[in-house]
Amino acid sequence: MSTVDTRLTYKQADYKSDVKPIWCPGCGDYHVLMSFGRAFAQLGLPPEKIAVISGIGCSSRIPAYTNCYGFHGVHGRSLALAAGLKVTRPDLTVVVASGDGDGYSIGGNHFLHACRRNIDMTYVVMDNHIYGMTKGQPSPTTEPEFDTALSPGGTGLRPFNPLVIALASGANFIARCFSGDPNETAAVLVEAIQHPGFSFIEILSPCVTFRPDEKAWKDLVHPAPVGATNDPGKAARRIMTDDGFNIGVLYRGDRKPYQPAVGATNINLSELEKDFEL
Amino acid sequence: MTMGASPSVSIAIVGSGGAGALTTGNSLLEAASAAGWHGLFTRTMGPQIRGGEAAGLLRLAVHPVECLPDQFDLLIGIDWLNAHRFGAEIKVGPQSLVISDPRGGEPPPMVTQSGARVVEIPMKEMAKAISDGRPNMIALGIASRLLGFTTEQVFAPIAKRLADKGPAAIEASRAGIKVGFGAAAGIEFGTQLAPPSPSSARRWLLSGNEATALGAIRGGVRFAAAYPITPATEILEWLAPNLSKVGGVLLQAEDELAAINMIIGSSYGGTPALTATSGPGLSLMIEALGLATCAEMPVVVVDVMRGGPSTGIPTKSEQGDLNIAVYGLHGDAPHLVLAPQSVGDCLFTTQWATYLAETLQAPAIVLSDQFIGQSRAAIERPADVAFIGARAVATEISGAYKRHAMTANGVSPMAIPGTRGGQYTADGLTHSERGTPTSGAADHLAQLDKRRDKLDHFNFGDHWATVEGTGDLAVITWGSLTGAAREAVGRATADGIDVRVVAPRLLAPVRPEQMAAALAGVKRILVVEQTHGGQFHKYLRAHYDLPAPVRVFKRPGPLPITAGEIYRAITDWR
Repeated sequence: MSTVDTRLTYKQADYKSDVKPIWCPGCGDYHVLMSFGRAFAQLGLPPEKIAVISGIGCSSRIPAYTNCYGFHGVHGRSLALAAGLKVTRPDLTVVVASGDGDGYSIGGNHFLHACRRNIDMTYVVMDNHIYGMTKGQPSPTTEPEFDTALSPGGTGLRPFNPLVIALASGANFIARCFSGDPNETAAVLVEAIQHPGFSFIEILSPCVTFRPDEKAWKDLVHPAPVGATNDPGKAARRIMTDDGFNIGVLYRGDRKPYQPAVGATNINLSELEKDFEL
Repeated sequence: MTMGASPSVSIAIVGSGGAGALTTGNSLLEAASAAGWHGLFTRTMGPQIRGGEAAGLLRLAVHPVECLPDQFDLLIGIDWLNAHRFGAEIKVGPQSLVISDPRGGEPPPMVTQSGARVVEIPMKEMAKAISDGRPNMIALGIASRLLGFTTEQVFAPIAKRLADKGPAAIEASRAGIKVGFGAAAGIEFGTQLAPPSPSSARRWLLSGNEATALGAIRGGVRFAAAYPITPATEILEWLAPNLSKVGGVLLQAEDELAAINMIIGSSYGGTPALTATSGPGLSLMIEALGLATCAEMPVVVVDVMRGGPSTGIPTKSEQGDLNIAVYGLHGDAPHLVLAPQSVGDCLFTTQWATYLAETLQAPAIVLSDQFIGQSRAAIERPADVAFIGARAVATEISGAYKRHAMTANGVSPMAIPGTRGGQYTADGLTHSERGTPTSGAADHLAQLDKRRDKLDHFNFGDHWATVEGTGDLAVITWGSLTGAAREAVGRATADGIDVRVVAPRLLAPVRPEQMAAALAGVKRILVVEQTHGGQFHKYLRAHYDLPAPVRVFKRPGPLPITAGEIYRAITDWR
């Protein structure tokens, strides 16, 4: 095989692996996978220059279904793993994939600090308001009255608002998408990847098995009535008061990404010993 | 007064936290090191940042020093306010001299019941007579006279330390040292240190934590993730400015869960990576260490052990993390566990650990401890060694890339992101050679075998252990107790008792053949460890054939196990 790629352009199919997904038929995550391919192709990114990093859960299975470099790590820690990768390999495009359990519950603290750190990466959370892989327990975004075996009669707890938390913690780009519209999702992904710093996309991705009621989402979603703002105050008011189905880019910040300088390696290590010389 | 020159002298300085006992001890170490002696300075303190208790324990010698003395020749109590808390840690005896401030509170029972000679000097009052004077500088002056240093010798390190505090502070210290020096006139002190033997060797003064950090960089580490924890923080603080000088990066993590995952991410990208922590942090890192094992991702985690379990005793040493380091991971998860044996060996062991992790594509845990980590020692510059991480990397990839391919040595060349055709997903799920998740029995067994065999079949060479002597009594110990054990064996040998010491530096994977060779012909085995539950003894029983009757000398921290105690355990078993 030639190591020189003569293709100037890539197609969506170039980003898909031959590994068969474990997802249920009709799962919203299939569409997210499709959106990934479309976005990467639109950006013309060589697959080997993309790293897709994830944790644990249905959505976190996505790296192996792409033809990119991937890391399917432990539950909740994908953002930390991605941070270590991106600061040492700023040449790579780093996309982190997660779900509402992985990203907002077990990984909640890393979410705060990834927003605050503002490393140039894109964080995609496929939110289906349920733990799917463990067969239907409430997640931080599950509605309070939703009945499950683990929470008979519902949790009674107010759902977590990830977009507000992302904004308050310093994310530099915030959007909400619906998996059922892969073209729109791909367009937002393209923008998120291109936007400097930490970009956060919440993708409403229905779980057809444990949340059949989410099939209604396709009728509830609607495009955001006004364009994105760079004013965090305005963004906060809009995100806090919207109906949760407002689709589009909601906030575009202009914070400088965090990227420590890396590179020089032709250093004489004996320089470091001078501290210790008697 | 006996004036025979001694090969070694030991000094303890105690005071309330903030009284400056550690500055006094460090300055004596620096003065002695500059004059050519060897030395070891360790600190012991309570958890308070200020207002607790602190003690500096110093041993100076004409030979390398790797452990504390059995008892101290000189004890200076700047004050005795909380000194009773050290009662069991600082031993003085009838031969010892104690300097006490009559206004510094009552000397504790460790002094009054020891038979030591007590000389009172009003250090606080003397300091008050000097503008900005501090009692710890009076103490430094006293110690300098008793040990045979000039005031200028001990002043030089103070001047360096106070360089940014301005001339007034420096002059106040100089005046304090002179007053203390004068006050010590006529006090008899029987232990005079023999002159240092002339040597052309380059010498260093550094802490075990600093040596660890330098060893990591020498081994190839160029990324560190940092979450502060006592007593490991100095490793990270040394790396922060120095990694950037060599093109590396340090990232402060939000917690230890993030720190371990950050270094896995760095390693995946091709950059050798390390984090440093202590027991509580290692506990949090265990899950991701299993990931690194399964995904065959080299990382180095230094655990500077402190008293446990739980928060335990953050500022004091113990060897109680052996079990979690060796056995803590769920599933069958072969990985590397190594332990440095002295301040200087922290450099070698961490460098070797980095090399082994990179070569074998496995995580390595380095079990240092508070004693060697936070001790400062004047040592000969450790030799340069050739262990620099060299990972097998897949560069020319044709056909379907198999990340976990079966190979003769079990190590599969790793594709680094950016390499065309090498795309794969690293995974903590059981996987095939290609890396594709599977729950099949055959793939599971094949990959378990691979990960075990690549470690078991590797030739670790002679560095796996320190093996000295051929006597029929073997002292088996590990980590920071190796220094005390070697000194005890030296004393026994000088008495005509033939003893050997065996101290594994490589704790996992185990080396049954080498251990059998090291123990060939033994008639008695004395296991020495600083734990309550005998973790090391049980580890030896689980993995090695101990071909002779065994006695165990164990004690939990924070009390140090001294060479004298090990010597008595040897000589009592006749």
